Amino acid sequence: MDVVLFGITAVCALAGGAGVILSRRPVHSALGLLLVLLSLAVDYLLLGAQFIAAAQVIIYAGAIVVLFVFIIMLLSQAGERLGPGAFDGPVAVRFVAALVVLLAAGLIALVTRTPSAPAPVPAAFGTIQDVGRSLFGRYLLPFEAASLVLLVGMIGGVALGRRLGPRT
Amino acid sequence: MTVPAPYYLALSAVLFTAGTAGVLLRRSALIVFMSVELMLNAVNLSLITFARLHGSVDGQVLVFFVLVVAAAEVVVGLAIIVDVFRSRETVDVDDADALRG
Repeated sequence: MDVVLFGITAVCALAGGAGVILSRRPVHSALGLLLVLLSLAVDYLLLGAQFIAAAQVIIYAGAIVVLFVFIIMLLSQAGERLGPGAFDGPVAVRFVAALVVLLAAGLIALVTRTPSAPAPVPAAFGTIQDVGRSLFGRYLLPFEAASLVLLVGMIGGVALGRRLGPRT
Repeated sequence: MTVPAPYYLALSAVLFTAGTAGVLLRRSALIVFMSVELMLNAVNLSLITFARLHGSVDGQVLVFFVLVVAAAEVVVGLAIIVDVFRSRETVDVDDADALRG
């Protein structure tokens, strides 16, 4: 059962990943990214990370992809041709192809040496109680720092957005 | 976990490589940005896999922080892309090669 589910999500994630980097229109890329994010959320469930799976759907699929789609709509409406001529020249393509093959070979060689027997975990592993206890106990300081990061991001977004009025 | 951990790690590696290719190959800043998100998610998958492998919740906490930073990063990055588009009428990364506005 788990293996079948993993196979389906892996195929979906790979198709979505290919869609992100190969599609001509940014909207299709955003939909490919959405497919990857939802497939990975199912994988997180399979790996016993319920809270992170929910956060993935809410934050990534719910907020970040919507933000991407908003910006794509905004820029398309402003008259930008986002479509063809999207790739760099043939030299760059060949260079990157070699680089990608090397990187993939290295990474896969590395991961196949990883032990595959998982440690036994309690039934409550990865639930919101489990993660929350760690988050508010051992990781309290980074957690508070994360709120600072969000605040700075918010202020940065407002500060950059304020300049977007009619140019003088 | 009936699926062996290397399967998850291999999926993560392939997704990360796809993201790298997207960052290096595409010209639209929006798609480059989405490829960066793809790489972040690939790393998240391997973090969750190792958290399960070692039976420790620390990896999941780290993924939570990656989610937070990614949210902030997307807001600022997209605002910068819109700003570049306003001043140059393009989102091609090759055209935005000067530091001054």
